[in-house]
Amino acid sequence: MTARSEQRPEQRPEQRPEQPSEQPSPLLSAHALHKSFGPTPALDGASITVAAGELIAVMGPSGSGKSTLLHCLAGILRPESGTVSFDGLELTGCGDARLSELRRSEFGFLFQFGQLVPELTCLENVALPLRLNGVRRRQAEQQATEWLERLEVDDLAAKRPGEVSGGQGQRVGVARALVTRPRAVFADEPTGALDSLNGERVMQLLTTAARDTGAAVVLVTHEARVAAYADREVVVRDGRTRDLAVAR
Amino acid sequence: MSLGQTFLGLLESQPRHGYDIKRVYDEHFGRGRSLHYGQVYATLSRLLKNGLVEVDAVEPGEGPERKRYSITDAGVTDVADWLSRPENPEPYLQSTLYTKVVLALLTDRPAADILDTQRAEHLRLMRELTRRKMDGDLADQLVCDHALFHLEADLRWLELTAARLDRLAAEVRR
Repeated sequence: MTARSEQRPEQRPEQRPEQPSEQPSPLLSAHALHKSFGPTPALDGASITVAAGELIAVMGPSGSGKSTLLHCLAGILRPESGTVSFDGLELTGCGDARLSELRRSEFGFLFQFGQLVPELTCLENVALPLRLNGVRRRQAEQQATEWLERLEVDDLAAKRPGEVSGGQGQRVGVARALVTRPRAVFADEPTGALDSLNGERVMQLLTTAARDTGAAVVLVTHEARVAAYADREVVVRDGRTRDLAVAR
Repeated sequence: MSLGQTFLGLLESQPRHGYDIKRVYDEHFGRGRSLHYGQVYATLSRLLKNGLVEVDAVEPGEGPERKRYSITDAGVTDVADWLSRPENPEPYLQSTLYTKVVLALLTDRPAADILDTQRAEHLRLMRELTRRKMDGDLADQLVCDHALFHLEADLRWLELTAARLDRLAAEVRR
């Protein structure tokens, strides 16, 4: 995958910039993001572009701003300045309802802990995003079953999250993140709570499933072995981004 | 990897001809870099001279006579000793990079760029190994994992050094 410059001034995020044919237009881009929590700046001019189907690892030390960047890209947090766009739509200009709809229909999410609803079975958890999008129960559960099979955890369908291991729960989480066939998946330290073997398996299943469905993945991690599943990496330091491929 | 002791291990499982040793070695350990026959026979000659292997059969053929080698008691002791001994950890990379970083700081060059360039190269290789691992069998996975863990350790050192550059600069410029 060809890396693109994150900071070229002509690459305005609110436009679909014309690029050479070998460089696809970005599906998702952020430009010059600033975000603070109280007096502490979390993002200080961060920029990033993600092409359709591309898997990008966002790396950096703890507290560098990488999770804040992911939350701004996914429309969960609003930056104080700068722009975020998804497929030509300016997220920073959207209302809460539109952002919520976008997150349900176009985005998938995978976190380190707790994304599964403890009261629901694994099958119901995976079917939940489809149900929220108005899909009938039977159809939603049929699709959820297919995803559980794909992630090799279909035997857990009737169990609740508290009854499965961390690795199994995270596979269910991958199924839930991808069940709506989102165009972008946001994964924040998805292997952070897993041992090496389970972490490897989750990454293999996540990357294979994302490639099969054509989803772009923004993967926040501090583990180089996890980042190695990505097409390229962007490093965040002190709230600023650096694309290593561009820096070379 | 010690070629001699690897040969001893292969011969301990059963007596073999030179070409058979090469075939089995390439199959298990070659990873795209097969042994030359010259290496095989030079190594066998050294093991023979040191009394670690012996010729237990000579078979006439159309070409030169084919010798079959077997391991001696001394050879078994040698390979057992090698297998039970830990390898020396090799801090090969850090010393070179440390020298580069210090020289960059002393000459007012951007030392962080050296670390970032190395980091990008490490990650490039890690991506390549990860792809190979995903496409490979269990043996490929284990070999690639070993390399990946080592590269990851180097990367941690690069990150730690990047975080300490200001302190290092102050010390080397004092």
